[in-house]
Amino acid sequence: MSYVKPKFRHPKLPTNSLGYSVADYDGAISTLCAGCGHDSISAAIRNACFKSAIPPHRIAKLSGIGCSSKMPTYFLGRSHGFNSVHGRMPSVATGASLANRELTYIGVSGDGDTASIGMGQFVHLIRRNVNMTYIVANNGCYGLTKGQDSATADLGSVAKGGAVNPFDGIDLASLALLQGASFVARSFSGDKEQLEPLIRAAMAHKGFAFIDVVSPCVTFNNHAGSTKSYAETRAHVDAMQLDFIPMREEIRTQYEAGTSQTVTLHDGSVIHLQKASSDYATDDRAAAMQAIQKAEAEDKILTGLLHLDPNSQDLNQLLNLANKPLNELDKDELCPGSRVLDSINQGLR
Amino acid sequence: MKKIKGVNDFVVKFANVNGTGSASANHLFAKTIFRMGIPVSPRNIFPSNIQGLPTWYEVRVSKNGYLGRRGGVDLMVCVNPQSMEKDVASVDPGGYFLYDSTKPLPTHLKRDDITYIGIPLTQMCMQEFEVPRLQQLLKNVVYVGALAALLNMDLSMVKDLLADQFKGKEKLISSNVQALEIGYQYALENYKCPLAIRLENGNADAPHIAESEHILMNGNTAAALGAIYGGATVAAWYPITPSTSVVDAFSKYAERLRIDPGTGKRNYAIVQAEDELAAIGMVVGANWNGARAFTATSGPGLSLMSEFLGLAYFAEVPVVLINVQRSGPSTGMPTRSQQSDVLAAAYASHGDTKQVLLFPATPRECFDMTVEAFDLSERLQTPVILMSDLDLGMNDWMSPPLEWDDKYEMDRGKVLDAQGLDEAEKWGRYLDVDGDGICFRTLPGTHPDKGAYFTRGSSKNEMAVYSESGEDYVQNVDRLLRKFDTAKTYVPTPKTHPPIEVKKPKTKLKIGTLFFGTSASPSYEAVEILAEEGIPIDTMRIRAFPFHNDLDDFIHDHDLVFVIEQNRDGQMRQLIMNECQIAPDKLTSVLNYSGTPITARAIAGKIRETLNTHSADVVALRPETA
Repeated sequence: MSYVKPKFRHPKLPTNSLGYSVADYDGAISTLCAGCGHDSISAAIRNACFKSAIPPHRIAKLSGIGCSSKMPTYFLGRSHGFNSVHGRMPSVATGASLANRELTYIGVSGDGDTASIGMGQFVHLIRRNVNMTYIVANNGCYGLTKGQDSATADLGSVAKGGAVNPFDGIDLASLALLQGASFVARSFSGDKEQLEPLIRAAMAHKGFAFIDVVSPCVTFNNHAGSTKSYAETRAHVDAMQLDFIPMREEIRTQYEAGTSQTVTLHDGSVIHLQKASSDYATDDRAAAMQAIQKAEAEDKILTGLLHLDPNSQDLNQLLNLANKPLNELDKDELCPGSRVLDSINQGLR
Repeated sequence: MKKIKGVNDFVVKFANVNGTGSASANHLFAKTIFRMGIPVSPRNIFPSNIQGLPTWYEVRVSKNGYLGRRGGVDLMVCVNPQSMEKDVASVDPGGYFLYDSTKPLPTHLKRDDITYIGIPLTQMCMQEFEVPRLQQLLKNVVYVGALAALLNMDLSMVKDLLADQFKGKEKLISSNVQALEIGYQYALENYKCPLAIRLENGNADAPHIAESEHILMNGNTAAALGAIYGGATVAAWYPITPSTSVVDAFSKYAERLRIDPGTGKRNYAIVQAEDELAAIGMVVGANWNGARAFTATSGPGLSLMSEFLGLAYFAEVPVVLINVQRSGPSTGMPTRSQQSDVLAAAYASHGDTKQVLLFPATPRECFDMTVEAFDLSERLQTPVILMSDLDLGMNDWMSPPLEWDDKYEMDRGKVLDAQGLDEAEKWGRYLDVDGDGICFRTLPGTHPDKGAYFTRGSSKNEMAVYSESGEDYVQNVDRLLRKFDTAKTYVPTPKTHPPIEVKKPKTKLKIGTLFFGTSASPSYEAVEILAEEGIPIDTMRIRAFPFHNDLDDFIHDHDLVFVIEQNRDGQMRQLIMNECQIAPDKLTSVLNYSGTPITARAIAGKIRETLNTHSADVVALRPETA
C-alpha cells in the first residue's frame, strides 16, 4: 500500500468545461487494502464527476460505517463529506437534501451498512425518492471486522475459513426494483467502462439512483469458492455496455440501428445502451425483474442500467418544496412577526 | 355534615368514558371559567386507548392563581359506571358528587359525608333527542348546563363558546344549546343553586395573573409556534404520545404561515420518518447542511435517538429535540406525566457526553425556549433538548400571551461564508481560535476551494483530518468540555422569587427548594402553605443544564435544600450532586412518580414531615390513587 501521494501532475492535464483537471477531483490517499475493489469505485466516481463537469464544492459525499464508508475520503477532497452512523446514512442524506436541493448528493455504503443494519432506512430512502446517487460497494462480507459473511453473501459461497454460507443472499437491486426505485443499476468495480457512465447517468437522474457494485474484498473474500471474487465475477458477468452523453454535448457517436436503446433523462442527457444478451425496455420494471432472475438462473450476473423511470418525481417535488433552498431562506421568509402572533394570542382567549 | 365552601377556589373532577365526546364538553366548562376571568387549570388524565376506558378531567379553580394540582376533589362529576366506586371514594369529606340518576345509585356507594346531586342525563337525552349519537354526545353538554346553574357560571358565555366551537356547523349549535338549557333548568328546579362552592365573575386575587391578559394554550402548540418563529424549516419525527401534537401543530401553522406567496410552494418540509433513529438522522443531516431542523419525541424515542445525539455532540452538529416526557417504557403509562428523562437526556449517548437541556414551566416558556434552542444549538454547535412533559405539553395552561420582538435576528453562530473564508488567515474546522471551545464551521457548497472538510464522529485533529492519535482525541474532548462551560453563559438563568415574609418563624434553619418544569407551580403553592404555618422557604427554579453558578451559591446558602421532582430516583438531585460537588445529605428529595402530576398538598406534606422527623434523606411519596 502506498502511503505517500505523489504531488506531481502533468502540467498539461486536460480540463473539463469548468477548467478543472481530474486532479481537482482527487481525495486523500486510500488506506484500504491494495487491490481493493472499492478504490476502483472511488476512481470511477472521481472520473464521472470530472467528466460531467460538476463543480467539486457543489457535491456532498455521505456514508455510513465500514470499509465502503471510508471511501468518500479518497475522492473529491474539495467537497464536504459526512461519515455518519452505521446504517443511517440514508436519513442524514434525506435531511441534507431537504436543506439544500441544489447540491449533488453521493451516498456510499456497503453491503453490511445497507443490507443489514441499514435495511430499514434504505427502503424508506427509496420510498421517498430522495434526489441522490446511492452506491453500494458490495463484497459479500464485513471487511473492517475481518471477514464475517454479510447479508448479500450468496447461498453456498465459501468463506475464507471454509464455512459454507447456508442462507440466501439479499439482492439489493431486486429489492430496489420491487420497492419502486426510479433508477436501478448494477456494475462491477473491475468494469470502469461501464461504471463511469452509470455514475454520470445516476447523478443526472432526478430522484433516487441506486448502483449495486460488485467490489471484491481482496483480503477476506477473493479465494476459490467465494462467489464475489474477481475471478468468479469476471467469469459470470453479463455486461450491458453503455454511453452517457450529457445534455450539453452534441451526440457524435453513431449507433447501428437495432443494436442500441436510447434513454433520455429529464435534463436532456442521453444514455445509449448496447444490446445485452437480455434485451428489454429499461422503463419496464417487471421486465427488469425478469431479466435479473433469468440471468441468475443461468448463473450470470447481469450488469448495466436495469431500470429507469423517466417520470420520476423526487422528494422535493413530492413535498412541494420552495425552489429556493430551505437553508437560504431568511428571517422575513420564515418568521411571521408580531402582528400574526397577536392574532394567534387573540384566538386563545 | 360540614359542606365544603369556597368562591373561585375548588377542584372539580370529571369521570368519563373515553371516546364519548366528553373532552370537548369538559373543555367548554373550563374555558368558560377562564373567560369569566377566574384562574383555572384543566388537566386530562387519560388512558392509552381510543374508546371505552375510564378517563378523567380535573379542573382546578384558584382565585390565587395556583395552576398546579392542589390535591383532593371538591366536586366529582361522574358519568362512568366503571369507575364510580373509586370516584365516590375520592371526594373530600363535605364535597359533592354529581351522577347520572337515570338508574338509582347502588346503596353501597352512599356516603353520609358528601352531598349527592342526581341528574337523569340519559333519560333527559332520550326524551329530547332522536339521533342515537346525539343522545350519547349531548349527555356531556347537559351536565355542563347543570353545572352552570350549580356553580353560578355565566350561561351566555357558555353559549358564545359553543357558537365558536361549532362555527360553520349551525345545526349542531341549536341542539347543543338545547342540551345546555335542559341541564340548567333541571338543576335550578331540583337543587338549591348555586352551591356553597361557586364562581363569581372576575374574582381573581392573583397579581401575577391580573398583570396581563392571559391566554389558554398547551405547551406543545406553544413549542410548535416557537419552531415556526425560530425559523425551523425541516421537521422530522415519528409518532409517539405525548409529543405527536408538537408536529401536528407545527404542520397546522406552517400550512398557514409558511407558504411562498409567489409560487404557493412550501418554505418548510415535514417528514414522518420510519422510526426515531431516522427522524433524528434527518435533523442531523439538515442542520449539517445549514437548515434549522428539529424533532419531537418522548422517552423511548429519546433512547433510540441517543446514538445520533452522540454523533451530533462529537461531530458538533446543531440539533433541536423537543422531549415531551412521560412515564416509563412503551406500554402502560404513555399517557401519564413524569420528569423522568433528566439523566437519560443530560448524559445521552456513548462516550463522554453532556447535553444542553432547557426546562420550560409554562406555554410561554415552551415558545420562548424553543426559539432559544435554535439559537443556542447553532451558537454552541451541539444538540439542545427542550425538556417538557405531558402535563405541560398536552394540557391547557393559563399563560401570559406569547410575545415577539420584530427586531429578533437568528443567531446562526460561527459559520464562515465564502467571503469569511477568503478573509480568514487560517481555517481549521476544530481550531479553537476564540478560546471558548466553539470553532468556525462551514456549510457544503460555500466556496470553490476553501472550507471543505470531512465530518466524522471519531477522532480527528484540529484540521478535521482523520486521526487515531490519543493526543488529538484528548485535545478534542477537552475542548468540548470547555465549550460546555461556555454554554453556562448562554443558557437561561435560574429564577428566584423574593421570599414570603414570615412574622414568627418556627424554625431557624435556612430552607431552600429547587424545582423545574411542571413541578414549579405546585411547589410555589406548597411554599405559601408552609409560610402560613410559620415555615419560611426560599425557592429557585432551574431552567437549564449546564447549571448556572447561582445554583451552587443557593445550595451553599441554605442549611437544608429540598429538590422537588417527578421521578423515582431523584434524577435532578443526582445531576446536581454530580455536577456541583454537593454532599448528598445537603439535598432531600420530594418525589412523585405515580404518573399524575405532583400536588401542592403532597409537597407541603413531605416538607412538613421531613422537618418534623428530620431524618430521612429521601422521602418518596406513595403513588396517589387517581
